[in-house]
Amino acid sequence: MKFLLALLLALATLPASAATIVLASTTSVDNAGLLSRILPGFTAKTGIEVRVVAQGTGQALATAARGDADLVLVHDPEAEAEFIAAGHGARRVEIAWNDFVIVGPAADPAHIGGMKDVTAAFRAIAVAAVPFVSRGDKSGTDALEKRIWRETGLQPAGQSWYKEIGGGMGAALNMAAATDAVTLTDRGTWLAFGNRRSLVELLRGDPRLINRYRVIELNPVRHSSAKLAEAHVLAEWLASPEGQAAIAGVTAGGETLFNPGVREIR
Amino acid sequence: MELFLPIVGLSLGVSLASSALAAALGIPLAALLALTRFPGRGVLVVLVNALLGLPPVVVGLVLYLTLSRAGPLGGLFWLFTPLAMVLAQAILATPIIAALAHRALEACWRDFGRTMQAAGASRLRALPHLLRMARRPIATALLAGFGRTVSEVGAVLVVGGNIAGFTRTMTTAIALETSKGNLELAVALGIVLVGISVMISATVLVLTGARR
Repeated sequence: MKFLLALLLALATLPASAATIVLASTTSVDNAGLLSRILPGFTAKTGIEVRVVAQGTGQALATAARGDADLVLVHDPEAEAEFIAAGHGARRVEIAWNDFVIVGPAADPAHIGGMKDVTAAFRAIAVAAVPFVSRGDKSGTDALEKRIWRETGLQPAGQSWYKEIGGGMGAALNMAAATDAVTLTDRGTWLAFGNRRSLVELLRGDPRLINRYRVIELNPVRHSSAKLAEAHVLAEWLASPEGQAAIAGVTAGGETLFNPGVREIR
Repeated sequence: MELFLPIVGLSLGVSLASSALAAALGIPLAALLALTRFPGRGVLVVLVNALLGLPPVVVGLVLYLTLSRAGPLGGLFWLFTPLAMVLAQAILATPIIAALAHRALEACWRDFGRTMQAAGASRLRALPHLLRMARRPIATALLAGFGRTVSEVGAVLVVGGNIAGFTRTMTTAIALETSKGNLELAVALGIVLVGISVMISATVLVLTGARR
């Protein structure tokens, strides 16, 4: 009994004595395998260990706002702007991008396959009342989906074909696969997803579906107890030529999951 | 899944440590409730039994808010560490062990307490004998507590954060692999988890001599 408690104490305290930071990250970069493949190289080079807590963008920002993370990696421009306006975030740098795609059953009952206009596709889904799985969890993907519905002028909430599950991207894809429903997904999670059944990619290429991932360093005034120096090293590395090459090198099924691309957002 | 063994090790370590902590709190509480009479005892019995149905995700959330850096115990830096997970699961398992051990000790005390007191034993001196007599139902109470902790996912996910190689347990790994659509791997992990539970139950039952 005492041995076990001692073991746990050692587990909890030993790694923390080295430089360790908590990265609150959106689920997509973690589930798609990006972080687990690039971070070992970062740790080997800098000695900084990164503990990734993968949450939806909304939850990741809330975790950082409470002071429980040292750096965030998210993908919802509106929520990020609010986070910075509230005084929690300081520097924001885009470090990778890919796109969102609409996936659904190969039979394509709403006939959206090959369409280029995402609002027209959402209207077609609503008109044909094709089952649609919504994340409903304030994640970056959920926020984009709600923005597209606003553009259509339609109110899907409460309709029998619109299922708001309050879960992660994987849960939404599992439900879409099991019920022949349509859903909006980021490309990284989709490419790495192992249970597609009859799901295929139906729509891609609308400029509104570009998916930008950004790291936000915390505001030292509000978050002085965060490990800001180590977090800054990671943010710099992700945007460095070395970090960008590591991001570009991660593939699934022969496709690049995330495209490199650095841009500081002011 | 190169981290398979650490995941199994952490699951066992957290569950056993939290069960041990819950036993250290629950069995004395059970003895107090079974052997003594004091004001508020009835309320406490009702409370302990009501907490059998404590929702793990609520325990996780309350503990998260407590251990968060913005919370009252934020200075401990326990959030997203195995210690927070042990604490969460101990809170869940304590009422189970206390309630079941209370029933066992109560029955023993009813049957043999008079004899023991007549032979000159105080309540405190009678306790080790009672615990030995009730060892089988108490073993069941401990296993019920362990079962709650090793199978639990809601609380450890919230307070542990499911960090790879640090706070990822069998149950949170199963939830993660399911969300990635790796259903075969998730099921395989589930079978290993059940196998470990069976082995631990069998060991405890053999040690306490419940052969039939």
